[in-house]
Amino acid sequence: MTRPSITLERRDAVATILKSRGDALVVTGLGSPTWDVAATSESPLNFYLWGAMGGAAMIGLGLALAQPARRVIVITGDGELLMGMGSLATIGVEHPANLSIVVLDNEHYGETGMQESHTARGVDLAAIAVASNFASASTLYTRRELDAWVPALYRDAGPLLGVVKVRPTQPPLQVPARDGTSIRSRFREALLGPGASRESS
Amino acid sequence: MSEASVPQSVWSQDIHRALADAGIRQVAYVPDAGHQSLIERCHADASMRTVRLTTEEEGIALAAGAWLGGARAALLMQSSGVGNCVNMLSLIEECRCPLLMLVTMRGEWGETNPWQVPMGQRTAPVLERCGVIVQHVDRAGDLGAEVAAAAQLAFVSARAVALLIGQRLVGAKTFE
Repeated sequence: MTRPSITLERRDAVATILKSRGDALVVTGLGSPTWDVAATSESPLNFYLWGAMGGAAMIGLGLALAQPARRVIVITGDGELLMGMGSLATIGVEHPANLSIVVLDNEHYGETGMQESHTARGVDLAAIAVASNFASASTLYTRRELDAWVPALYRDAGPLLGVVKVRPTQPPLQVPARDGTSIRSRFREALLGPGASRESS
Repeated sequence: MSEASVPQSVWSQDIHRALADAGIRQVAYVPDAGHQSLIERCHADASMRTVRLTTEEEGIALAAGAWLGGARAALLMQSSGVGNCVNMLSLIEECRCPLLMLVTMRGEWGETNPWQVPMGQRTAPVLERCGVIVQHVDRAGDLGAEVAAAAQLAFVSARAVALLIGQRLVGAKTFE
């Protein structure tokens, strides 16, 4: 089977996706997706993961159920999502209309030496999302496909999943805050108001 | 009268009421026979969104996301599921997110499935090593107060708390 060649650069893709984020809440999977979002769309409404591999999509689900009026965007990598693949089934069953998942799929584990991931060997995450009862899922290879898809990410009823095929490059590190309590307090205060850290939660 | 003779349908009511009083809005679970009646009560409660999981670690991440969004979650599981949560608990410790886990115990009091014993015997120490505060309850009459106290510790002091519901209370399953 021949596949389209991969031409998208991950950071350009993330900038394109988040340019129109408005008041959307963003959760980033550990490693490059965290650096990409920090570099292109830094905001207190970003919850950056530096660990908890396999958990990004489920954090997105909890957040989406708690904030049904806000769009929640999870931006993660192929390796991170493969580790929590059961969460696609859970999300498909819960069917949150306001949750969109973007997989920056470079078909490799970028943080650990660029070893191949399962997506380089025929595993199709979009097909798994469709089979898991997602409202829609697609794989995007070109700038044109990406541009056409981005409005749906914010507009269409979810859960949605987009596998954005990106080149296995490593743009310069852009490191956000490291400390988990700082990241979560900043996020909660931006979303829930300045009293979020003082009051009983 | 042994504790196991207090029917689950009775004590699950005390847990459900304590969860409702604590303002729990999301209840995530991997099914367990010991939680059967509580799960049914939560499903029937319009103020609680129930979320069925494929594995317990999903629930740890879900609870963190719920709290980031201003909602309180509770996580129901069997003791064997605690082992599935280990790395995801680093999210809770590093971000100091509140976490409330209700764990029905296997592998202890009168267990008849030896495969449950390894994880059951390590449930409390594994949780403690992962930074989770552990409370034990073996008497049905204590459940309401134990859940209320665990929820208050979790959500007001922003800590991870697991309430282990003893097999003496849940009842030992037999395979006969």
